[in-house]
Amino acid sequence: MMQKAKSRPTTAEQSGDGMAISRRQFLNLLLGGGILGWLGSVIYPVFSYLRPPKTPEANVQSVKAGLASEFPVNSAQIVKFGRRPVILIRTDTGDFRAFSATCTHLECIVQYRTDLKQIWCACHNGLYDLKGRNLSGPPPRPLEEYAVKVVGDEINVARSAGVGS
Amino acid sequence: MRHKYVPVHRHTLWYYMGGVALFLFMVQVFTGILLVLYYQANENSAFESVRFIMTKVQFGWLIRSVHSWSANLMVFFVFVHMFSTFFTRAFRKPRELTWVSGFILLTLALGFGFTGYLLPWNQLAFFATKVGTDIVGAVPFIGNAAKIVLRGGEDVTGATLSRFYAIHIAILPAIFTIFLGLHLLFVQRQGMHEPDYMANLPADKKKLMPFFPNFLLRDLLLWVVVLNALLALAVFFPWELGEKADMFASAPAGIRPEWYFVFMFQTLKLLPAHVLFIEGEVLGIVLFGLAAIAWMLVPFWKSRGEPHGRSRALKIIGVIVILYIIGMTVLGYAR
Repeated sequence: MMQKAKSRPTTAEQSGDGMAISRRQFLNLLLGGGILGWLGSVIYPVFSYLRPPKTPEANVQSVKAGLASEFPVNSAQIVKFGRRPVILIRTDTGDFRAFSATCTHLECIVQYRTDLKQIWCACHNGLYDLKGRNLSGPPPRPLEEYAVKVVGDEINVARSAGVGS
Repeated sequence: MRHKYVPVHRHTLWYYMGGVALFLFMVQVFTGILLVLYYQANENSAFESVRFIMTKVQFGWLIRSVHSWSANLMVFFVFVHMFSTFFTRAFRKPRELTWVSGFILLTLALGFGFTGYLLPWNQLAFFATKVGTDIVGAVPFIGNAAKIVLRGGEDVTGATLSRFYAIHIAILPAIFTIFLGLHLLFVQRQGMHEPDYMANLPADKKKLMPFFPNFLLRDLLLWVVVLNALLALAVFFPWELGEKADMFASAPAGIRPEWYFVFMFQTLKLLPAHVLFIEGEVLGIVLFGLAAIAWMLVPFWKSRGEPHGRSRALKIIGVIVILYIIGMTVLGYAR
């Protein structure tokens, strides 16, 4: 019996082609591939579901930020620039400066320190100067600068060239 | 259960720590279910609903305060349990998987802490979540995708709150239950670990205590003590709610995460912006990740040294880890 079973030629041998596969291999491939495909078709939608859809961001180019006459020197406030916070600072000399208020280290919102006359992030003690340059602490990059224009008495904050475009 | 014995020796006290952590977990499940009845996971009403629980619902202040205190105590006792296992070297063969499953339970407990912290939607929680998820984003390769999935978008918003709520009350409990079941099964199957000097004693010289009822009753007594301590803390030091999160307010001075993250937070604070060509935070995260993996694999560490020298080296490593954690935590609170 054993002898007989052994000598029986396989499908591959019958066809005489080295590339051909046996019926068993073919069925295994079909079954394995089928299971993989099935798993993929179950897992893929779940993973895609977990990825939140992109919500379009309002394309804000500039915002009004109140009246210059009501803005004390050596002070700052956070301005909503679309969905982003922007810090608007009035320096000792009365100049206005605006920067992205999101710390470049770990995204906390920075504040203006009237005692230091610098921008400070409370989360990890990062410091920036009034040009937005990272001075000390962990922040790796400067803050993005925004353009400020005072038209009449009204403060206007706008994207600088090359920022967020 | 009837044939289970607990060794009695000068370190028997440490056997109770895991039980205390388990009890606190049960308190968390119980109070958590009660909180779910009133809590609303929504940007506009999360803070208000917690305030409602604390001011209007009868004994709501107590339930919420117990939940917060118990969460912190649970993490504390899990750490104590872990270090006691480390120093008594109870993780060795055949208990390697008990250690690994325990380590996974610790990370899940930290996950509970991190996700639960955001739910009251207050200012501290908002920034802690911003920082915490941004740290995930710094993980090489998969970080950014993971960050967006965790946040439910680019920024921390109401979508993040919904996700954290789902993770906190559905996903983590499901995974936690599996690993807790495994952990307890391993402990039950392998019995309590005996210290080396005791394992070498003849059977009649060993002091043992039946698990049931002797050890179990002591366990229960300790649980009652812990529950009373927990209630006292919750009543006399009620957990604060803080200020509602404002996405357009500066991070307040003195901001820091929950105490059990402070040592990592402080390390990130001390790292410079760039170390060689790597960003400081990326370096910190990668190092902490590697350290965590190494710690999880403690039972599999191989060394060529003689056994005595090996146990001394382990002890020194353990002491350094504890000193580092305590030192950085103290530094984090000092400023």
